[in-house]
Amino acid sequence: MVRRIIALMIKEFLALFTDKKSRMVVIVPPVVQLIIFGYAASFNLDHVPYAVYNEDSGRASRDFLAKIQGSPNFSLKTVIRSDTEIAPLIDTQKVRVVVHVASKFSENLLHNRPAEVQIIVDGRNSNTAMVVLNYLNSIVTDFNEQWAILHGHSPPPARLYVRSWFNTALDSHWFIIPGIVALLTLVVTMLVTALSVAREREAGTFDQLLVTPMRPLEILIAKALPGFIIGTFEATFIILVVVFWFHVPMRGSVPALYLGLFTFLLSAVGTGLMISSIAVTQQQGLLGAFLFLVPTIILSGFATPIANMPPMVQVLTYLNPMRYFLIIVRSVFLEGASFDLLWTQYWPMAVMGILALATAGWLFRRRMY
Amino acid sequence: MKVPQNRGVRNGINFMRLNGLIRKESYQIVRDPSSIAIAFVLPMILLFLFGYGVSLDAKYVPIAIVVEHQSNETSDFLAGFRQSRYFVPVIVTDMQTAEQAMIERRVDGIVWLREDFGKKILNTGDAPIGVFVNGVDANRARILEGYVRGVWGKWLERTSIESGRPLYIPVKVKERIWFNAEMRSRNFLVPGLIAVIMTLIGALLTAMVVAREWERGTMEALMVTPVQVREIILGKIIPYFIMGMGGMTLSVIMATWFFNVPLKGSLWVLFAGSSLFLITALSMGLLISVVAKSQFVAGQVAIIVTFLPAFILSGFIFDISSMPAIIQTLTHVIAARYFVSMLQTVFLAGDVWPIIIYDGLALAAMALIFLMIVKKRMKKRL
Repeated sequence: MVRRIIALMIKEFLALFTDKKSRMVVIVPPVVQLIIFGYAASFNLDHVPYAVYNEDSGRASRDFLAKIQGSPNFSLKTVIRSDTEIAPLIDTQKVRVVVHVASKFSENLLHNRPAEVQIIVDGRNSNTAMVVLNYLNSIVTDFNEQWAILHGHSPPPARLYVRSWFNTALDSHWFIIPGIVALLTLVVTMLVTALSVAREREAGTFDQLLVTPMRPLEILIAKALPGFIIGTFEATFIILVVVFWFHVPMRGSVPALYLGLFTFLLSAVGTGLMISSIAVTQQQGLLGAFLFLVPTIILSGFATPIANMPPMVQVLTYLNPMRYFLIIVRSVFLEGASFDLLWTQYWPMAVMGILALATAGWLFRRRMY
Repeated sequence: MKVPQNRGVRNGINFMRLNGLIRKESYQIVRDPSSIAIAFVLPMILLFLFGYGVSLDAKYVPIAIVVEHQSNETSDFLAGFRQSRYFVPVIVTDMQTAEQAMIERRVDGIVWLREDFGKKILNTGDAPIGVFVNGVDANRARILEGYVRGVWGKWLERTSIESGRPLYIPVKVKERIWFNAEMRSRNFLVPGLIAVIMTLIGALLTAMVVAREWERGTMEALMVTPVQVREIILGKIIPYFIMGMGGMTLSVIMATWFFNVPLKGSLWVLFAGSSLFLITALSMGLLISVVAKSQFVAGQVAIIVTFLPAFILSGFIFDISSMPAIIQTLTHVIAARYFVSMLQTVFLAGDVWPIIIYDGLALAAMALIFLMIVKKRMKKRL
């Protein structure tokens, strides 16, 4: 039995790796995408282009604007002199923000009257707009505190001291890059498994396989193992790059991460094979793979938090294996988690994987044409 | 069979032959329901699911508030959190419980009011309020911090009025948010999703059609007929274009009626831009199909080069101008990038011509390049 499985497995690897194009597709893109996405995917805002419209000629306004200019989050694009210049700049997205200092800004400040700053933001991307406003508001708060101290005003009754856990610099790369481990592992496993049975069905070789002494279980194992092996290798490679190239801290237990990876691969390979054995043609297999991949990735919490979804959709995400693995990856990397905090995340993936694999094996014989 | 009048070759295209090819492709589409499902049902399901599911608006964030010593001042401060729709506050009495809740991911943040909070406010002022946020999701943490600052700022104003001790705030910020005043993330995510979904649909529709013909040998049969390469290309693109535009129309209707995304620009600009993009997406699918030669590889390539780049590098969710310069340059080869920018502008800002013309030209150039490569690669095989 073991020898038969190994023989079929070798054949599967040959089918994947002897064709140069197919070999390239499984190995090169994940590596390239890892590097590109690792740098690209982030909610950090650096060098947000902004324009200044200063109607005040006093020193205080210059001091205030210097604070914004000194921040690495903003880069001054242009200085404007009239109201009418604002709209064209923002409409064409040449700048994201216009900081408008009203006249008498300095005079008002010196006479202890409130001085006004108007901030006009491009709200097309509401998330960027909100983050930009938060940045600017904290610059203003800093300025206000310094001004109050310098000019002898009494302090506010209470002050906030904000600290963030696990990611002190609030670098959003640390959130996204560990997620790429899950993302690319899922894509690679789908590539390897989703078309494997469908291709043989279309070529007619699957019928031949079914009349050999191999039992469906053996075929199932032999078809599943390449996905597992390739998935484990690529995931390990990605994890190494995440730690040593992107310098995301690995604070938790590596075995806990690999148990997660194992259960995740189980569910991914299972689903891939299930799709593949339902499909009659490769076209249907591809469609199935897409239909599984796209919602799985978008509704996994990879980019947008599950907590923001409406309750109904949140319930739906419990059927999403990537949801659990993302929690495991991020907890192990950043929160330093170990098995005790994660056991609730492992079993749903394992159950899904076993169910999917069983369905795939059962379909091998039922769907014959 | 009726013979069309325009038999002659016009612009190098024989319309009778083209007609035949289109008819053949249409039969194939109609008889295999899967491509109709791809063009019409898939965009609706995906847009429905994602339009609801994908959101960056944090609401009802669970937060632990540590009140070590209860007093009038603390309950006054708490009221701000209780009234805010952004928070679901959980009141605890010691820091340890709050930390445990944060480690177990039951709360996303902690606000810590120490024992002497009330006393300090009444006497010296400047009472420290510790705020701890779970920074794993840095974006959410930052938004959360902004919300806490908002509650704090309102509380400051309220107490200064109530206590009769006017609080002097030197610089006041007046925020004006253009195009999306209520800051709904759905308003920019739904147009972006349409671009991502249509990239998928375009590639899915055509990625395998030519590869399939080669695998089955029908392409060689086609090659020995007088049919010209440009006729084959048009014959493949036109039927799928019509189907794709159907899906696109459904998506736009859903976006405006179902998700209430405002459409500030004009419909015909939207229509023209969408047509351009769809042609680009279909050409990309054809290109994959022609280069890969086998359905297996074409399918794999389609998964890799369409969905993830459109998702991550298009500016649909991650801001392109904050990416490193090299990556920014790289995004110029992603067709979805131009469509995302065009859709977000046409939906939310209106017909801003500099953006629309730039994006339109880029899309047209990409489609042209793709089609030229397709034509070249197909000829080689003859």
